[in-house]
Amino acid sequence: MQAKGIVFKYGDNVDTDVIIPARYLNSSDPKELAEHCMEDIDKDFVKNVKKGDIIVADKNFGCGSSREHAPIAIKAAGVSCVIAETFARIFYRNAINIGLPIIECPEASKGIEAGDEVEVDFDSGIITNVTKNTKFQGQAFPPFMQKIIAAEGLVNYINNK
Amino acid sequence: MGMTMTQKILAAHAGLDKVVAGQLIEADLDLVLGNDITSPVAIKEMEKMKVDGVFHKDKIALVPDHFVPNKDIKSAEHCKCVREFAKRNEITNYFEVGEMGIEHALLPEKGLTVAGDVIIGADSHTCTYGALGAFSTGVGSTDMAAGMATGKAWFKVPSAIKVVLTGKPGKWISGKDVILHLIGQIGVDGALYKSLEFVGEGVEALSMDDRFTIANMAIEAGAKNGIFPVDDKAKAYMAEHSSRAYKVYEADEDAEYEQEILIDLSTLKSTVAFPHLPENTHTIDEIEEIAIDQVVIGSCTNGRLDDLRIAAEVLKGRHIKKGMRCIIIPATQKIYMDAMEEGLLKIFIEAGAVVSTPTCGPCLGGYMGILAEGERCVSTTNRNFVGRMGQITSEIYLASPAVAAASAVTGYISGPDSL
Repeated sequence: MQAKGIVFKYGDNVDTDVIIPARYLNSSDPKELAEHCMEDIDKDFVKNVKKGDIIVADKNFGCGSSREHAPIAIKAAGVSCVIAETFARIFYRNAINIGLPIIECPEASKGIEAGDEVEVDFDSGIITNVTKNTKFQGQAFPPFMQKIIAAEGLVNYINNK
Repeated sequence: MGMTMTQKILAAHAGLDKVVAGQLIEADLDLVLGNDITSPVAIKEMEKMKVDGVFHKDKIALVPDHFVPNKDIKSAEHCKCVREFAKRNEITNYFEVGEMGIEHALLPEKGLTVAGDVIIGADSHTCTYGALGAFSTGVGSTDMAAGMATGKAWFKVPSAIKVVLTGKPGKWISGKDVILHLIGQIGVDGALYKSLEFVGEGVEALSMDDRFTIANMAIEAGAKNGIFPVDDKAKAYMAEHSSRAYKVYEADEDAEYEQEILIDLSTLKSTVAFPHLPENTHTIDEIEEIAIDQVVIGSCTNGRLDDLRIAAEVLKGRHIKKGMRCIIIPATQKIYMDAMEEGLLKIFIEAGAVVSTPTCGPCLGGYMGILAEGERCVSTTNRNFVGRMGQITSEIYLASPAVAAASAVTGYISGPDSL
């Protein structure tokens, strides 16, 4: 499994309120949520993001509310992978559970800038900055996690078993 | 090497004699919780699973509290989805408008959470029940769905930070000041993936409502859970509210902690977290005059009876500054009723505040007190992120009920001693 796309870069403590503001949580429709993804931190994100693009952030990405709507919005917006120095723990679980690949890699988070083209190989955990021609070793996804992501989430994975 | 209190509870629920930090376990759940925002997503996921109903109709709590009474048509549809699911599955602990309250104030009050429990909730502030000596943690909707279906959840056993409390807090110092002080010290990811274990003779000096506030905001330091030892006050609380048998777990003498933090409660001052992170703390004496537009007193953090009593003590015989809005939200119907019988609501209304039915409303920018461009609010809630309570240039200052009430009187951020 691989991901490849252009990077949107953010800083520390990107909270789930800016990923998807609560004023839109009267909906649970992924498409509708995606229309407001990152709105309060980057109002142009939705306009500019293309299928396959990658979010890179610094520490504690996804802190705050447990809303699963946050990874759902990111995934439905077309993002193929989120790379961060660290993730908040509820967001981490939620992302895997809904089938959004995420990788912790402090070096990659420092060595990648907005607009870089990045490739991620989930088998090896290798993150390649194609633009700068650099490579970083992130945590490889164990096979069961790859299966959860391939099944588009935990529920389908359980049903497929 | 011994186990922490959290590790002991997890080991017992996984059927193991011993667990160590980092170990992956599957644990039995005593309660699975959801609200009107997170449950509809969980219900949709659960219905995709090939399972026949919920694992136990008494061990699921569904509390529509965020956008109720329904704020708009879409919210009404969400609440309807939860209501119908509860009916279909004969869920015992579904709380309709009129009997509901903010989930984390309501469940302990209803006796559904006791010492020794393992509880997951699709709401990040589920960690509140640690005040009673339970292991409780926030999860997402898919984990909630799996929990409702199977009665189990997997966990990575957390390492721990020991927070040793000593001394007695001063007159206006409450649980909110303790937890804001701690978050200011360790940061919003200072306890990431870990448990915050509160111990020491200072615990005794904290009321149960103070402890609920402290455990509630453990998540704001990134913690998996916050937990308190079960002393006489906790036992008395459970005896008053619950008929369920509880189990007391104590940390081993040789339990391992990654870090130890000492807090002398007698040295704490009223503490305020500035926008836009709960770690941006300042003590009241170092704050210059900051004019505000609104005050909110309520939420799962600070909408309990003690909180309202403190606010009433400050507001009694005084008036909200002209042009200011002060919104007071008792967290449950029982708290509302008790506050009414004690005459607190009269004090609030005479002071010019508005008193609302229980709801999470303004805390997450849902409704009942949304901020306009550039407006500032002193709030007893738990998060001051960008846009959390309204327009993205609005600002939230997190504080105790005492500071919030005093600020409503003066119109700028103030401590009660300055009145």
